[in-house]
Amino acid sequence: MIPNVKVIIIRTAGTNCNEETSFAFRSLGASVEEVHIKALIDGARFLRDYHILALPGGFSYGDDIASGRILANELRLKLLEDIRQFIREGKLIIGICNGFQILTKAGILPGLELNSGQEATLFYNDSAKFEDRWVHLKVEGRCVWTRSLPQQIYLPVAHGEGKFIPRDRQVLETLAANGQIALRYCSADGGRPSYPDNPNGSMENIAGLCDTTGRILGLMPHPERHFLFEQHPFWTRLAKKSPFGDGAKIFENGINYVKENLLH
Amino acid sequence: MIWRVEVRQKDGVLDPIGASVARDICELGFDAPDVRVVWVYLLEGDISREEIKRIAGELLIDPVVEEYSFDLKRPPQSGSRHVIEIAYNLGVMDPVEASTIKGIRDLGIMGVKAVRTARQYHIDGQFSDKELGLITNRVLMNKLVQQVVGDPSHIPASLGLSGPPVSKFDVLVVDLAAAKDRRLMEISKAGQLYLNLDEMRAIRKYFKKEGRNPTDVELETIAQTWSEHCRHKTFRGTIRYRESKTARPRIIRSLFKTTIAAATSKLNKKWCVSVFHDNAGIISFDKDYNVCFKVETHNHPSALEPFGGANTGVGGVIRDILGTGLAAKPLCNTDVFCFAPPETPAADLPKGALHPKRVMKGVVSGVRDYGNKMGIPTVNGAIVYDKHFAGNPLVFCGNVGIIPRGKEIKRVRQGDLVVAVGGRTGRDGIHGATFSSGELTSASETVSSGAVQIGNPIEEKKVLDALLKARQAGLYSAITDCGAGGFSSAVGEMGEKTGARIDLDRAPLKYQGLKYHEIWISESQERMVMAVPPENIERLLKIFEAENVEAAVLGEFDGSGRLQLFFHGQQVADLDMSFLHDGLPQIVKEALYQKTALKKEKLPRRSLDLTPELCAALGHYNVASKESVIRIYDHEVQGTSVVKPLVGPCTDGPSDAAVIRGRLGHPQGVAVANGINVRFGMIDPFWMAASCVDEAIRQIIAVGGSLDRIALLDNFCWGNPDKPDRLGSLVRCAQGCYKAAMSFGTPFISGKDSLYNEYTHKGKSLAIPGTILISAIGHIDDVGRCVTMDFKKAGNSIYAVGTTADDLGGSIYLENSGQLGSCVPKVDFKTASRIYRALERATKAGLLASLHDCSEGGLAVALAEMAFAGGLGATVLLERVPYKGKQRREDVVLFSESNSRFIAEVPGSQEKALAKIFKGLPLAKIGTVEAGPEFIVYGLKDKPVINARIDELKEVWKSPLR
Repeated sequence: MIPNVKVIIIRTAGTNCNEETSFAFRSLGASVEEVHIKALIDGARFLRDYHILALPGGFSYGDDIASGRILANELRLKLLEDIRQFIREGKLIIGICNGFQILTKAGILPGLELNSGQEATLFYNDSAKFEDRWVHLKVEGRCVWTRSLPQQIYLPVAHGEGKFIPRDRQVLETLAANGQIALRYCSADGGRPSYPDNPNGSMENIAGLCDTTGRILGLMPHPERHFLFEQHPFWTRLAKKSPFGDGAKIFENGINYVKENLLH
Repeated sequence: MIWRVEVRQKDGVLDPIGASVARDICELGFDAPDVRVVWVYLLEGDISREEIKRIAGELLIDPVVEEYSFDLKRPPQSGSRHVIEIAYNLGVMDPVEASTIKGIRDLGIMGVKAVRTARQYHIDGQFSDKELGLITNRVLMNKLVQQVVGDPSHIPASLGLSGPPVSKFDVLVVDLAAAKDRRLMEISKAGQLYLNLDEMRAIRKYFKKEGRNPTDVELETIAQTWSEHCRHKTFRGTIRYRESKTARPRIIRSLFKTTIAAATSKLNKKWCVSVFHDNAGIISFDKDYNVCFKVETHNHPSALEPFGGANTGVGGVIRDILGTGLAAKPLCNTDVFCFAPPETPAADLPKGALHPKRVMKGVVSGVRDYGNKMGIPTVNGAIVYDKHFAGNPLVFCGNVGIIPRGKEIKRVRQGDLVVAVGGRTGRDGIHGATFSSGELTSASETVSSGAVQIGNPIEEKKVLDALLKARQAGLYSAITDCGAGGFSSAVGEMGEKTGARIDLDRAPLKYQGLKYHEIWISESQERMVMAVPPENIERLLKIFEAENVEAAVLGEFDGSGRLQLFFHGQQVADLDMSFLHDGLPQIVKEALYQKTALKKEKLPRRSLDLTPELCAALGHYNVASKESVIRIYDHEVQGTSVVKPLVGPCTDGPSDAAVIRGRLGHPQGVAVANGINVRFGMIDPFWMAASCVDEAIRQIIAVGGSLDRIALLDNFCWGNPDKPDRLGSLVRCAQGCYKAAMSFGTPFISGKDSLYNEYTHKGKSLAIPGTILISAIGHIDDVGRCVTMDFKKAGNSIYAVGTTADDLGGSIYLENSGQLGSCVPKVDFKTASRIYRALERATKAGLLASLHDCSEGGLAVALAEMAFAGGLGATVLLERVPYKGKQRREDVVLFSESNSRFIAEVPGSQEKALAKIFKGLPLAKIGTVEAGPEFIVYGLKDKPVINARIDELKEVWKSPLR
């Protein structure tokens, strides 16, 4: 029997993209469990039993105080050792939208030096508004999750706090030098974006980041919302060449990485 | 001990929230000032100085961009000219409190007891006190829920509302036995019961038989159960209807049963699973699931506090879906609003009414907040602007849910426990049900402020998560939501057959000190009541605990047939359920419908350049792009959207119905649409109803739906039905609903009415125009075959489907020249049905590249929208448009709003096949899609009457509400 790629999707009050994220992983053959954070903290479930940890989108705890803050603290204060072990074992993490905010605010991303606290943040959009819109993204860097993606992809964003701000110039330079910038907003023809192509005012147009290992990805856009062809906003104008959309490859990469490196 | 922590942004960090407040101030006519926002947290409890540093540093600030200060002795030196601090009123739920307390406990700091937040605005600019007052009341706060903190450096002694726990109390008895008629009405009025004399007399009689006087809570329970809001007395009572003052009246025994429900029962569709008697109508979906649909209004609360009103409106309709059958899972929201135009001068507003711009901003934000945080996509909606909504805006909130087959049946069993789950009970929203059964006055804001609330979507999301787990485990036999009337309504309804015994002191409270009647009728949000067999209670409580949702056993459905309430062991109510539910005296209301004498439209001199008229139609608020609203709603969460609200290569074209999948990975879906047109109703409510049904249906046909699988919802918003003219037009509207539903074979499955939408001001009663919203849900077999409205390819042919007539009455074209007109569009049901079936065949066969319905703005607007949405031009010949009417003029053909019409785009290779399907039906090739940006329409004399570029037209359409 072929061992399964096991995905844990962590959810809590206000998590709300768990089902479509779960659907994406399951459709590509992974086995998925949606687990309440409480079950991990209480020891009813263990991170070590999974290969991929996914933090889906939503409004964890209402994004009260600041987006992702309370769940980020919960991870940092109650599960940090388990998460470190998980990373040390060469496993994968993906944080989408609220998940990216959580990973960043917990100091797991960009993770230049563990223990150094928060090195960046995702702050209010320049527009001061929540916005749901589709964005063009340039793929770059050395992230496991975005390997062999086309140079440019099309995904939706839906957030009010997605403006990437690094702690200082040095963080930004290190990210670029390390190839940790995975996705940047761009215009439809791949050029420099202005609003709304860069929907939130992110510095250096950063839409997604990975850690120094390339195995932890955080991104504001929603790949699980462009997993199927018919989720494309103008699919009725396009020829259907595949049942999948641009986001599917990201999930496939994660699963394939586990198959190639962690399952023997 | 109370600590005060202030969080501000570090120097050099852009403050987008402050900037947006500055824009709002600018809109009041001031120069935009520089505004910075400081977030204030008051933390009460046993917390040390070291702990407060940790709380601030690790929880309350974002260390990358923010800094904090605490323990302030003096107001901050900000250098700003004005500092205004706004906090929620005591008693209004602070949505941030619960999660902040959790965040603090996660830090290992357990001494925290209460948290309140405030916002401090630092405004740099020259303002007089009067101007600051204006800014405060118009931009920074709503005094119904918020207040200015006089001296921020003053720290209160306690944050809570807690009074002493109530253990000793008196049961209040109301002396009805001795009350004469006048006194009865005084009692009704003083208690905000909104009961009329007949009803008060019936109550007096009942208690005479019981040999005692009622307690206050008994009276409240009856008032709530018998309220218009809960009983729909107008729709279910008897009406004497006349069409002239001298005509003999027709007796209508239940308008509801003889129109709306009659159509459904005569049509007898086998796919209707449950109609009218549950929280939402249920229809079949696929072999494993059914779907349900409900639309409700939340007009009165939204008029007073737009954010909170719309917020709790969305929360309420979602709970309706959670309380349908044994709980459905919400799939999408649809929301429709009616406001006065944004440029309405403040002087034209009734006293006490909020400005429509403010109403709109609050309502839209309220919907955004609840829908987005619940993770339910808001996929479709409409906004109607008309000056008559200045005192009474309308807010319709709808939700579609999905539920496994078999889970639609609920039945309370004798011996089941009464379990309350979700939010705690506070003093919020007392008298909501009775309040919405009366007219608004300028005093409403003070009298009814308790009825206004702010929701907590995350609490409801937790309830949803836990509920679906408990449903799957089959742990309860019935469920309903706590809406208007709170526990009183929920328990009263569920226990109608069995009776119930409730210990009110077992309800979890937000704060101590609530009286028994307050607990019983409180409308605190995010609560549900379940009937749980005793053997399942342990497992059920465990599931809710795992999701951090509170659940409490309040009592038992005990088989007594009575409603018995206890508080600390003492009985406070003992009512016969059959009196409560069947004791309402029959009401007879008078209705008179007289056709209003209307001025016939006066058409302008025939013009050969109608481009300005097209631009005026595209720029009309009702037609103009709603993109700025749509984008702040998450319309894609859950991943189910197939036809999004915005389509085309620039994702900005206005699509018709929204289509979503029912389940990821399955091809079946539902299309959701709304039909609304108040101006047609000003001419004739019958044809308004028929036109709205037609509009909702044709939007579903436009995306690929089938006439055989469309169900309807009605939502009547009317003035005071105790006035014969208001009720007369309501009857006429309901008759139109009946006629349209029967003729199209589309049953109603649920509905709602909101009456008394009047605003009494200086003795003059201003009513809204009678408004019906028809919402439709259509089954889609295969979402992969859906069609959108954007032109796809140059060279394709453009077809007009359906016949245009001189139906300018109520049109945008006439409104733009200040007229209403008299010739309202009618519906030729027979031809329309044949057209819809033909279009269904055409879309299923893949013959159409695009399809768009013609509604407001007529043919001209539909064509222009298709062109600029697709980024393609068009050449159109008006003389080819199928036309039937007396005045064949360019403007009439272009702007008439005749029903049952579409524009279709057809590739050359499919034209023959299309002609075959449409044999004998009105269909004509009227033009060609062009690669260039020119949009040219040739008039009846072969000269261009419209000549514009699509980018110009798009700009005209996009700019009004940007």
